[in-house]
Amino acid sequence: MKLIHDFSFGLFFFQIALIIVLILILKKYAWGPILKAVESREEGIQNALASAEKAREEMANLKSDNEKLMQEAREERDKMIKEARAIKEKMIADATTEADVKAQALIEKAKAAIQAEKQSAMADIKTQLSELSIEIAEKVIKKELSQKNEQMQLVDEMLKEVELN
Amino acid sequence: MRQKHILSILMAGLFTLMTAISFGQEHASGAVNTKEGVDEMIDHHLDDSHYFDFFADGEEGKHYGFALPIILIDNGLHVFSAAEFDHGNQVVERAGQHYALYQSKIYKTDAEGTLHFDEDGFPTNAKPWDFSITKNVFVIFLVALLMLLVFGGMAKTYKKQPLPRKFGRFLEPVIVFVRDDIAREMIGPKYKKYMSFLLTVFFFILFLNLLGMLPFGVNVTGNITITFALALVTFFIVQFSGNKDYWKHVFWFPDVHPIVKIILIPIEILGLFTKPFALMIRLFANMTAGHVIIMSLLGLIVIFQNWIAGPAFFGFSLFMMLIEILVAFLQAYIFTLLSALYISSAVEEHHPGSEEEEIPIV
Repeated sequence: MKLIHDFSFGLFFFQIALIIVLILILKKYAWGPILKAVESREEGIQNALASAEKAREEMANLKSDNEKLMQEAREERDKMIKEARAIKEKMIADATTEADVKAQALIEKAKAAIQAEKQSAMADIKTQLSELSIEIAEKVIKKELSQKNEQMQLVDEMLKEVELN
Repeated sequence: MRQKHILSILMAGLFTLMTAISFGQEHASGAVNTKEGVDEMIDHHLDDSHYFDFFADGEEGKHYGFALPIILIDNGLHVFSAAEFDHGNQVVERAGQHYALYQSKIYKTDAEGTLHFDEDGFPTNAKPWDFSITKNVFVIFLVALLMLLVFGGMAKTYKKQPLPRKFGRFLEPVIVFVRDDIAREMIGPKYKKYMSFLLTVFFFILFLNLLGMLPFGVNVTGNITITFALALVTFFIVQFSGNKDYWKHVFWFPDVHPIVKIILIPIEILGLFTKPFALMIRLFANMTAGHVIIMSLLGLIVIFQNWIAGPAFFGFSLFMMLIEILVAFLQAYIFTLLSALYISSAVEEHHPGSEEEEIPIV
């Protein structure tokens, strides 16, 4: 009863009018901008987090790419070193063979030269020998006229000497 | 941290003390030192008033405060200061009609200001349309202005930088709380439409409740007219946002026996009104009870008037004051939460075939 008696129409009128006007004004000038700002900030944070996550993923991808590249480069290097070593060995082997062949050829040539020299020397000797024989024969022939036996003896001796030579 | 604690306790104590002074001396007729005096003082405090008194000297009948304008509509518009009533001691005459002020209400009387009472003790005299700027009207306008300044200013700070500044640092989490834990939680995806109402009502009630804790004898949310108006706004918002499912739920129950329908329909229709009615009574009763308890405890100091009761009841009232600060937040929260709940029942989509209520998870 007291409550109903307490009800004041004037106060009710002011309160209703005030709350409706207040809701509308605050909606336009306070709640709207505030909630918008809060929401856009939350969105911004969300986006920032997402992009950070994305960047991290990209980073990880890059890192794995890098590692892959490194691995490839290392393999390439190993291969090149191996190849180089093979080439070197082959070159050494080739050089050795060639040298052997050349040395052999030189030796052969030397041997041939020696042989030739020897031949010519022999021929020379034979020539001289024949000249000598002729000289001896001359001398013998000159002596034969005086002593036949002695001459024969001398020819034999000389022939022996020549044969020995 | 510790210093802050001590400071806040001191502040609370100071407020209690000041409240004691202002409440204790608010009453006009005689000093408040008897049981009846305290009763009357409490009643007087709970009522609306045409004066904004900070305190009064009961023994000398002096009031320290200011009179508020009176606006009457009765054969034309009459505007005058409440000072002319002199706290009910004078009869005011306007356009040949005499008006008397009795228990914060204005009645039409004869030249002597005679009042006729019914058996319940209420005057039977006719009342003019009273659109006076009473203390409660003054305070709600003050709070509205405060809200415009605080939240309007807060909205402006966001234009300069995206982070809250000054009071916004404290208020933004509260706004986000209302949005996330009340609106989104209860209403679900359609919450945005109701944010302005929920936030306005939440902070309006909160500020008024907290203002009621200050020693100016303000008791706005403990006034049935105010809570009625607020609950009425909720009621209309709920009814106007009701979708097909909501009204079907009220007037027609798809899977219910016809006889049960006949019983249920009046109950559901009644339920439309009991929900906001409960809102109205809950806020009113909680705030009134808080004020009555604190003032009763303070009144006990005056009645006992000894060295044991004084500090003891002062301590009790201090304790109640702290509880009331909690209640101030709690009641604002509950009013907003239940408003959101009623709105959610109106906008909720019921999927045919599914028995369970859809609970929005956000």
